[in-house]
Amino acid sequence: MTAPTKTRNGQSDPIATTPNRPMILRVLEETGKARWLLAFGLIVVLLSITEVASGTTDLASTGTWSTALAFAVPIMCAGLGGMYSERAGVVNIGLEGMLILGTWFGAWGAFFWGPWGGIAAATIGGALGGLLHAVATVSYGVDHIISGVAINILAPGITRFLANELFVSDPEASFPQAGPGGSVTQSPNVQGVSSIDLPFLSGGWGTPDLLGALENTEWLFVSQAAGILRGMVTNLSLLTLLAWALIPLSAWVLWRTAFGLRLRSTGEHPAAADSLGVNVIKYKYIGVIASGAFAGFGGGFLVIELTGIFKEGQTGGRGFIGLATMLVGNYRPTGVGIGALLFGFTDTLQLRDPSAAHGLLLLLAMIATLVTAYYVYKKSWIVAAVTTVLGVGFFGAYLFTDAVIPQFPPALPFFAVLLLMIFAGGRLRMPATTGQPYRKGDH
Amino acid sequence: MVERIKFSLAAPVVAIVVSILVGSLVLIASGANPLAAYGEMIRFGFQLETIVNILNRATPLYLSAVAVAIGFRMNLFNIGVEGQYILAAFMGAAAGAELAFLPGPLHVVAILFVSMVTGAVWAAIPAVLKVTRGVSEVISTIMLNAIATGFLVSYLLAKWADQSDTTLNIQTKPIEESGWVPSLNGVLELFTRDIRPGTELYGFLLIAILVGVIYHVGLKYTRPGFDLRASGENPAAAEASGVSPKSTVIAAMLLSGGIAGLVGLPEILGRTHNFGLQFTRQLGFVGIAVALLGRNHPVGIAVGALIIAFLDSSSAVLQVKSDASPEVVKIIQGVIIFTSVVAYEVIRRRQAVDEARSAAEALAQPSPHGSHGEGAEPMVDPAKQGGRS
Repeated sequence: MTAPTKTRNGQSDPIATTPNRPMILRVLEETGKARWLLAFGLIVVLLSITEVASGTTDLASTGTWSTALAFAVPIMCAGLGGMYSERAGVVNIGLEGMLILGTWFGAWGAFFWGPWGGIAAATIGGALGGLLHAVATVSYGVDHIISGVAINILAPGITRFLANELFVSDPEASFPQAGPGGSVTQSPNVQGVSSIDLPFLSGGWGTPDLLGALENTEWLFVSQAAGILRGMVTNLSLLTLLAWALIPLSAWVLWRTAFGLRLRSTGEHPAAADSLGVNVIKYKYIGVIASGAFAGFGGGFLVIELTGIFKEGQTGGRGFIGLATMLVGNYRPTGVGIGALLFGFTDTLQLRDPSAAHGLLLLLAMIATLVTAYYVYKKSWIVAAVTTVLGVGFFGAYLFTDAVIPQFPPALPFFAVLLLMIFAGGRLRMPATTGQPYRKGDH
Repeated sequence: MVERIKFSLAAPVVAIVVSILVGSLVLIASGANPLAAYGEMIRFGFQLETIVNILNRATPLYLSAVAVAIGFRMNLFNIGVEGQYILAAFMGAAAGAELAFLPGPLHVVAILFVSMVTGAVWAAIPAVLKVTRGVSEVISTIMLNAIATGFLVSYLLAKWADQSDTTLNIQTKPIEESGWVPSLNGVLELFTRDIRPGTELYGFLLIAILVGVIYHVGLKYTRPGFDLRASGENPAAAEASGVSPKSTVIAAMLLSGGIAGLVGLPEILGRTHNFGLQFTRQLGFVGIAVALLGRNHPVGIAVGALIIAFLDSSSAVLQVKSDASPEVVKIIQGVIIFTSVVAYEVIRRRQAVDEARSAAEALAQPSPHGSHGEGAEPMVDPAKQGGRS
């Protein structure tokens, strides 16, 4: 008589041996990928309920999610950049500075060579920032945080100088200048790239607009799900498409190629990697330079796609939010992508529709309730108490105010990361030697 | 001792030389004559009014750097000085406007108290998170900076703004004159010519100097200061000797935040008398750079703050007198910071190698009893030898 909890070779199945786990958890653990579907379903349900309860229609609309998708890109790029660097064992809080370099170089390149030239220049500009960080941290063993802080101070200085030299009209200048319309703190306007609608999904190239038809049905949940999905395929600029392609590309590079394995090994155990013939210094350089290149790309995107102009201070801490998404996303590309999308969403809401932003409070209250239920089930009473207080607070704020404090949605990512670090910080798994200097011969 | 001083001076000197060279290259590339530009900066920088401006700029930088340095001594990265000082300055300004009933000096003391407590409370959050939940203070202070400046201050400023102000400025209510810190112009003019009106030396300079003295004495000659340094340099040894690492982390962050609370006050109590949108930001980050330049030493920090302030204040002349753009000093400052940290690290490694070598040499000597004649030479002390270049 073979117990059903034993697998064929006699080892006990870790999932099946705990029969009193609820069915839903078992299904989740067994299916793996299905949890993404479930997460999407959960988001749709929560947003739909919020829409119905608060009478807005903008939480799950095509327009909101289309904007969110674009708004998320600079954050996502910074997050991916941080991930490449940390995977190679180097902390990069200079992302903000590299993003700033990307904005200037992007505007400058776009003025002379068009949007694609601008993106290329931005990527190179950011990579130069990464190179500087690599020289300081990898070659000279400077503390990673110190070098990052120094880059964040240096980068705005460099861009301000360059803007003064190249964006301010000076008839005596001996080199080509961008203008007119530039000043010390901003560039002339630059052009973006063209946009497409994907065929069949949102009616590009004369095909039927299937998701659009679904969105217009006004069937609860279906209409909202279609709206969110349609937002991601409608009026999609080629640059946005390229940016989001970086997520699967990064996942493939990091986990399916020899290069990715070596890069990760230099962050996990450089001495072991070295003993197997991996050129640790070279890989750390590549990781950090790539980090700068990603952030630079994000900066270029901000200028070329989102604002059409370089302005001093326009990054507004997106590099730090990117760093936050990397933590929230547990140093993984998919996690970074989802985190960035959610942060892009909160950014978008406030801009598009303040009443939808008010609905956000109800959404937060529901999320807090779900989290509370989870921690009650886990018997973590302190956490459950904290989330209960938060939930009641959000719900109270939803009931007794008419509009959310305008400064609140933009600050949401920072609160979210702080809470996450407090309650789930132990579950994040960072590369083992992140932040430590390495010299050949170290153990 | 001489060797040690030589070592600690080598890095800043290298940093300044390199950054002047880089600055020259940048100036040449932008079509200006570096010698003329530097000459103008120095000539302008040593005018009385510019010196006052330099001191005014250096005062908050000094306080900010001391706040950062207290953390550094304990191996804590208080990146949060930025958020702490802005929030503290705002609360100080808001409270100062309401506390007008207090008599002169007490009014100032009350504002200082409110600001220091605000800074300390805001710094206590990352400290508590670190000791209870193991959250890195780097991450938590980055998030708290954004929450303090982007959310709390901008929300409260809009809420508590002076409604009687008919201009478009958004600012807190003005602080009555009893809450001002008087300028030191009168004292300075005893030694020099009269200062042109419009330029006033912040009286807060004296408070900054006092903070520097307390920092030095407290760290070097008191028991808690010793505990703090010991925990920073060798946490395991400090813990074994009975210093609780957790309470030292909390104490260091509270002190750091308390000092950070003072950073914004020279400007508010000395010049603007309210908190508005024009309030100087970024001092927390520049303070990190100044602390690095000065190697956490009270005198070193003062020199670092003066160098950065000199560059900031004297660059204004470049726009007027020569073709160079004043932004070049931002690059020079960045390069100073970078080269100094790299130079410190290179020298530290060099020292470590030298120390290891001289220790090995000392151990390799046959025996200290002096049977081979070499014994007449005193034993080499590896620690002192470490300074050999």
